[in-house]
Amino acid sequence: MIEIKNIQKTFGDRTILAGVSGKFMPGDTSLIIGGSGTGKSVLLKCMIGLVKPEEGQVLYNGRDFLIGDEDTQKAIRREMGVLFQGGALFDSKTVLENVGFPLDMLTDMGSAEKIDRARFCLQRVGLEAAADRMPSEISGGMKKRVGIARAIVMNPKYLFCDEPNSGLDPLTSIKIDELIREITDEFQITTVVITHDMNSMMEIGEKIMFLYQGKKLWEGSSSTITSSNVPELNEFIYANKLLRDTKA
Amino acid sequence: MHHLGRYFIFLGSLFRNREKLGVYTRLVLEECVQIGINSVFIVSIVSTFIGAVTCVQTAYNLVSPLVPLSIIAVIVRDSTILELAPTITCVVLSGKVGSNIAGGLGTMRITEQIDALEVMGINSSSYLVLPKVLASMIMFPMLVILAGFLSIYGGYIAGTAADIITPEDYVSGLRSDFKPFSITFALIKSVVFAFLISTISSFKGYYTSGGALEVGQASTAAVTNSCIAVLAADFLLAQLLL
Repeated sequence: MIEIKNIQKTFGDRTILAGVSGKFMPGDTSLIIGGSGTGKSVLLKCMIGLVKPEEGQVLYNGRDFLIGDEDTQKAIRREMGVLFQGGALFDSKTVLENVGFPLDMLTDMGSAEKIDRARFCLQRVGLEAAADRMPSEISGGMKKRVGIARAIVMNPKYLFCDEPNSGLDPLTSIKIDELIREITDEFQITTVVITHDMNSMMEIGEKIMFLYQGKKLWEGSSSTITSSNVPELNEFIYANKLLRDTKA
Repeated sequence: MHHLGRYFIFLGSLFRNREKLGVYTRLVLEECVQIGINSVFIVSIVSTFIGAVTCVQTAYNLVSPLVPLSIIAVIVRDSTILELAPTITCVVLSGKVGSNIAGGLGTMRITEQIDALEVMGINSSSYLVLPKVLASMIMFPMLVILAGFLSIYGGYIAGTAADIITPEDYVSGLRSDFKPFSITFALIKSVVFAFLISTISSFKGYYTSGGALEVGQASTAAVTNSCIAVLAADFLLAQLLL
């Protein structure tokens, strides 16, 4: 379980996060939603240690990630898998090398064992055939899937996905969402997804947290999101004309 | 002062929480190819022509019949070893290697590749930058030796082909009053310049933020700052060691 308590972050005079708290449970795909500039990505970066908040706690099964000693932080990091917005694949490495990279760097596995594990993860995301291709030779959707394969190669307990659907067509987006949900269920991972994609919310939003101007305004699930009485959330959900018409 | 402080902290971070030695061996070898082998062509062209031009222009300035022609070779040799080979080669390399390092790291930064390394618990600065610094410090002296040889040889070709000096006079000039410390001095300079160029360029690239425009700006700043640092260090080393 991941628990965040009173996360506060400012950049200069701008308050980005004003005391955000919440819990993310194993086996759940938890979504953090909100418009652009509401602090979703900063919150994710605080949770994975790329940005240090001024105040607050990030607890991984009770272990404080932010004030923990170096060994604790390293141990927690090795239990994380992160899918970045653009995939963040290493340009100079092939798809297989990208997926196997964490194994090369962080484990003492033998070469054959590492290749087997990397191939298994590629197979899991349906990209075994692209193993020897370079990141520049594959599509955006494939990059995301390779990113997922790399994120799960170390058998993470916690999976973070930063806008996994950005820049993808609706069909590919749904495939990526399904993949994230399947992997979460299969390995009982605590998954946190940052998104503003309505399809994702309805498809995989077992637990949804809505951020607005750096504050958590609403928390619930995809089944209750449409019946909320939070005006900011309703404005966000029904920004689309089709949905407005459907609601009316 | 703020940037200088960050630069020194950055240098410190290269040696903290390093990865296993075996990881660096492979990376250093890859960088040696990227930084060293891939620069051989440009260094060869530049140094050969600089040697040739130095020979021709020195001859043009020698108007007294009392000065022996072998002095042309002495001037080509000393200016090449003391200044042209190490300094001009490193200024050229600050353009080629410096912009490459800054552009590469800047792109990795804006495409979140550096964040990906950090999240895995890998010291990204050490993993990405230390091999470049080590490879530069290995390859720059070799490139400077090559540049020195080709520059002197360029002077020989130009001098004899243009009938400015005979081969015998040129060789005699090269052998006259030679101070072996000049070579040591050139190599010391090349190692210092290699460190400055690779670390300054890495620093600029590593802390890039924004997009493609900022990556371009980081590359430009890397080349400009490296060149200034090389020239300042050139003066300091000359004052200290000669």
